[in-house]
Amino acid sequence: MDFAVSVLLGTFILSVLVLFIFIASMAKGLFGSGAAAVQIFDGDEIGAVEDPAATKAQRGNLQQAMDPSSSASQRTAREVATRLRADQSSSLVVGVCLTMSVVWLVLASLAGLIASLKLHLPDWLVEQAWITFGRIRPMHLNLVAYGWCSMAGIGVAIWLIPRLLKTELVGARYALAGGALWSIGVAAGTVAIALGQSDGLEWLEFPWQIDILLVIGGALVGFPLWLTLLKRKVEHLYVSVWYIGAGLLWFPVLFLVANWPGLHFGVQQATMNWWFAHNVLGLWFTPLALAASYYFIPKVLGKPIHSYNLSLLGFWSLAFFYSQVGGHHLIGGPVPSWLITISIVQSMMMVVPVIAVAINQHLTVAGNFRALLYSPTLRFIVLGAMMYTAASVQGSLQALRSVNAVTHFTHYTVAHAHLGLYGFYSMVMFGSIYFIMPRVMKWEWPFPWMISAHFWLVVGGFAIYFIGLSFGGWYQGLAMLNKDVPFMDSVRLTIPYLEARSLGGAIMTLGHLVFAAHFVMMGWKFGPRRLGAALLASPDAVPDATSAAAPARTGVPA
Amino acid sequence: MSFGMGKYEMDEVRLIIGAMVILSGATALLVVVPYLLLKDLPPSPGLKPYTALQLEGRQSYIANGCVYCHSQQPRDSALAPDDTRGWGRASVAADYAYDTPHLLGTMRTGPDLLNIGARQPSRDWHLGHLYAPRAYTPGSIMPAYPYLFTVRQGSAQPGDVVVNQPPAFAKPGQVVVAKPEALALVEYLISLDRTRPALQPLPVPAADDDQASR
Repeated sequence: MDFAVSVLLGTFILSVLVLFIFIASMAKGLFGSGAAAVQIFDGDEIGAVEDPAATKAQRGNLQQAMDPSSSASQRTAREVATRLRADQSSSLVVGVCLTMSVVWLVLASLAGLIASLKLHLPDWLVEQAWITFGRIRPMHLNLVAYGWCSMAGIGVAIWLIPRLLKTELVGARYALAGGALWSIGVAAGTVAIALGQSDGLEWLEFPWQIDILLVIGGALVGFPLWLTLLKRKVEHLYVSVWYIGAGLLWFPVLFLVANWPGLHFGVQQATMNWWFAHNVLGLWFTPLALAASYYFIPKVLGKPIHSYNLSLLGFWSLAFFYSQVGGHHLIGGPVPSWLITISIVQSMMMVVPVIAVAINQHLTVAGNFRALLYSPTLRFIVLGAMMYTAASVQGSLQALRSVNAVTHFTHYTVAHAHLGLYGFYSMVMFGSIYFIMPRVMKWEWPFPWMISAHFWLVVGGFAIYFIGLSFGGWYQGLAMLNKDVPFMDSVRLTIPYLEARSLGGAIMTLGHLVFAAHFVMMGWKFGPRRLGAALLASPDAVPDATSAAAPARTGVPA
Repeated sequence: MSFGMGKYEMDEVRLIIGAMVILSGATALLVVVPYLLLKDLPPSPGLKPYTALQLEGRQSYIANGCVYCHSQQPRDSALAPDDTRGWGRASVAADYAYDTPHLLGTMRTGPDLLNIGARQPSRDWHLGHLYAPRAYTPGSIMPAYPYLFTVRQGSAQPGDVVVNQPPAFAKPGQVVVAKPEALALVEYLISLDRTRPALQPLPVPAADDDQASR
């Protein structure tokens, strides 16, 4: 017991210490704007809005809403050239990764929708083993996590890193091969689950032999990015770079340790399971999406993030607290209570990084909400950032024993998981893809109305999904806690909510189909030719750009 | 790598070291310490390893994703009325000595199954319930598993394990025969029984057969 108490006390003291450093530094006014915050802007770009997904009219309105006095940014040819070369060095591999991610998104949505329907139509599609609920559900999860989310995140990271470091991507070929291997792994793993060859652990269903493909593929993507980082031509590392760099280090460790065959056993495997499953959210998906939102929010608005140093604190406290929260998935389970208590404490401490990020991102947007009307990118990303705050606060509360007693083992948890990975992560990725693809393809999104349709379908569908399932799950939990209510009642009462979830999920899937169709049209350069908005520089500037090869070690722009 | 960084800036080295130290800490806490604490833990009294057939059934439980709706971890009565529902005492780590991969589960769309063998030991019930869940539990949303069974026209052949169905659900002229996978799965379900006390009884009264020392 002494051990438990000292561990607990140590954790608590450490946590509080971090909090005090946070408060003290804030009081000293340390958290002002740092030099690196303006790093993402060239020349006169501050004040100049940018959204390649916006139409000409939208951009005009956006500029008007932000800073009417600023004209189109005046950048030197060299600055333009640097960014163009950075973009070009990554465009093929980014295009491939994002295309794959959209394929996975559609498949994952269909699998999710089938799983959802099966919960209230239990005799539907039961003749074939591969499509039984217990297989289609993990197929959905893995297609989402390793297919859509990871591929989109990797694509966005590969695009951001050269841009943020003003350095061409090193070894794009290897990254391309890595993305391909990863995709093959996702396909093979999903088929393996369909055939009943699951490893049996949630989030880790892919057979370990197939995991090797993901490990090699991930390494082939990670090394070029880290080599690019080491060859960088900028002095300061922008906050997005820390998140991506760290995520690229964390994920391989998590994935290797978790999938190592024959290492884990019994209850220890259960704690490992939730160490992995929560960290893959906290230390892989969250960093990728925060990196994207820390870049795109200021970039679209033409305005540096509110406080650069606050983002530094947000980063380290996220790493520290988030990495230890996994145990809250086993509250009431057969695991040592000190372990669970630590996880609960750290879950509550997650409020620190969440507030740091919230202050930073929301204050950057605050006062400029009109910009959301005009910028498709921003609409998705700002909504995603709000969902991050919501999902995180909800997650902290859910870790409390009293709340957890109700929500554990219910659909409430499923709704919460979707608030994080869909409301936050996927929304940010949608926005990022809308910004990036015009740069990759040098082509505009053909039909702006399809972006709006996508947005409203997924927002509306997700609202129905989340609200319905949260209430259903909560009532289910209350029923299960009441010993006078028969268990079957806790099943029966969820049916209308499960039907609502299917409705919401179907609308979300429809939104994804609109998105995918639009994506394909863009890939085929279909639709009206409205070149100009999508281009970073006018076409005549490009040849000039390629000749300006002098490496620019641009630190703080003048 | 660092050239003239500000006091609060950080470079790659700090990023790598900081990120890895933090992750190591979390890994030690949630993976390594449980490993050290549990690796020599003896099984709970009277718990026997699974037979080959039970393990085959366990594999089927995994392949068909039963874990996505059924937990295997009754909670303490202070937290939830699991015991009152007949799901058994709160489980302890020693109950899972032979459970790799673990199947603790995170959902109770259906009831907890750690002691399903104790509260429903009938093979016939399980086979019938797997074939037609709603014939046995009205209102159940468990999927039916017809692919674990063969439907024969006419009568059963020698050696067939025939599934009994309630009269309202049986189709005349047909027999439903369990495939080996269904039999293995049911064998595993029936083996799930952790109702013995988690701790060895004090050695004062005449002790029964399990004397394994702790």
